[in-house]
Amino acid sequence: MKKICLTVVGLYFWLLSAFAQQYNVDTSSYKNQNLKLSEMDIVSGYFNQDGDHSAITGGIGTQKLNDVSNVLELKFIKQNEINNKYTWDFEAGYDHHTAASQAYVNPLGTSRPWGTRFYPSVNWQVEKNNGVTIGVGTSLSTEVNYHSFGLNFSLGKTSKNKNTDINFKGQAYFDQVVLIEPTEFVPKPVESSPSTYTTASGNIVTAGGGIIKVHIPRTPRNTFDGTLTLSQIVNKNFQLSLIAEGIAQNGYLGLPFHRVYFNDGSEKIENLPSTRFKLPLGIRMNYFLGDKIILRSYYRYYVDDWGIKAHTASLEVPYKVSPFVSVSPFYRYYIQTASSYFSTYEQHAPSDTYYTSNYNLSAFTSQYFGVNVRITPEKGVFNIPFFNMVDLRYGHYSQTTGLQANNIGINLRFK
Amino acid sequence: MVKKIILSAAIGIFFLCLTAGCANVKEYQKNKINDAEMQLNSRKVGITELNFESYREGASGANAGKVGGGCGCN
Repeated sequence: MKKICLTVVGLYFWLLSAFAQQYNVDTSSYKNQNLKLSEMDIVSGYFNQDGDHSAITGGIGTQKLNDVSNVLELKFIKQNEINNKYTWDFEAGYDHHTAASQAYVNPLGTSRPWGTRFYPSVNWQVEKNNGVTIGVGTSLSTEVNYHSFGLNFSLGKTSKNKNTDINFKGQAYFDQVVLIEPTEFVPKPVESSPSTYTTASGNIVTAGGGIIKVHIPRTPRNTFDGTLTLSQIVNKNFQLSLIAEGIAQNGYLGLPFHRVYFNDGSEKIENLPSTRFKLPLGIRMNYFLGDKIILRSYYRYYVDDWGIKAHTASLEVPYKVSPFVSVSPFYRYYIQTASSYFSTYEQHAPSDTYYTSNYNLSAFTSQYFGVNVRITPEKGVFNIPFFNMVDLRYGHYSQTTGLQANNIGINLRFK
Repeated sequence: MVKKIILSAAIGIFFLCLTAGCANVKEYQKNKINDAEMQLNSRKVGITELNFESYREGASGANAGKVGGGCGCN
């Protein structure tokens, strides 16, 4: 307890010293500025879900899952003598999940039902005084069954009157899927040993309780993405953005622990094409209605070459209770068609070339509604200097597949 | 698929023409535009819901959410 208090006090004084620089204004001739911490965001979330169509058990079985995620983001800025603004963005995320279905990688339900993921990223950006913005970045993500390495670059231009902004962002992910398969598909090292089974991390547990670490092969999955965004201020109360994105994937696009049961009683691991092209197109429109109400709307049309078409529409209505507090109810509606490769439990024919019973690729509609509360007091949250904002968000999600979920998130901002 | 791409491009051009008639809003007139609730990007607190939407649904993209990397979900 003492250690926690000392740590909190130490963090408080560190924050004070980190942000204190911005009040030391030098009114003499320009001096080269050091990189300074301009903003720190802590985002945490808790998600839980339940349903009856786990892909690990072939489209039937529990989808009970809990996930806790935490992200820390630090933004550093520097401005040079010709007013070019440089930004360094450092981010680190850590998730921990428990999933009841994960225990059934082994059909006896004894596989490890939890996992963790760590995902850091670094992004650099320069906003030049002529309105051109250039950015580059890299990211990593690692967990037991999946490893990802990402690169991105962006190029943008803002008009002279700063009413129009156009930006292109390119991203590439070079991922590795660890081929952890359901136990019944893994050759046993010891013949006729009923207590020998494979864990979710792919190790073999022997009859005597010993663990044999097995080298599990990996296979690549690559994703290439290009996004074009046009943002436009229409008038004093209205602005919008158009987003067009193209995503191309190749490699192993299924998951090795997803089972499929066929109409003849046989069983295999899901098999999906090794390429996929996705085309989402979106529009955001924000309108300030009167003095207290804002309408935040979003629509997306999506189509891919796996047969899925989808529409997404959402509306969020922030109401400014005061200049420092806003309450925003929101609602999101989503509808998709099924992938050409999807069938339910024991409906696939053994002659099918591609097959999955993952209900994420089935036909369904979903609804998500909730409320967001944002507090940005003038003198800081709880009168703590630099504790700039608290953003709290809760939503309930449901699908016509029977999946139900709840999500709660909090963002603490210091600047 | 090609027809859809052409249709999408036509709609995009239509919106570009629509926005060509926009007012020239000066910096001192942007007090509402610059309000935090008017920003065109997603809220940071919404990162977790963008993630679960991309994991639990077949569609992704055009919303600053995940399009690759991450949990390996298909």
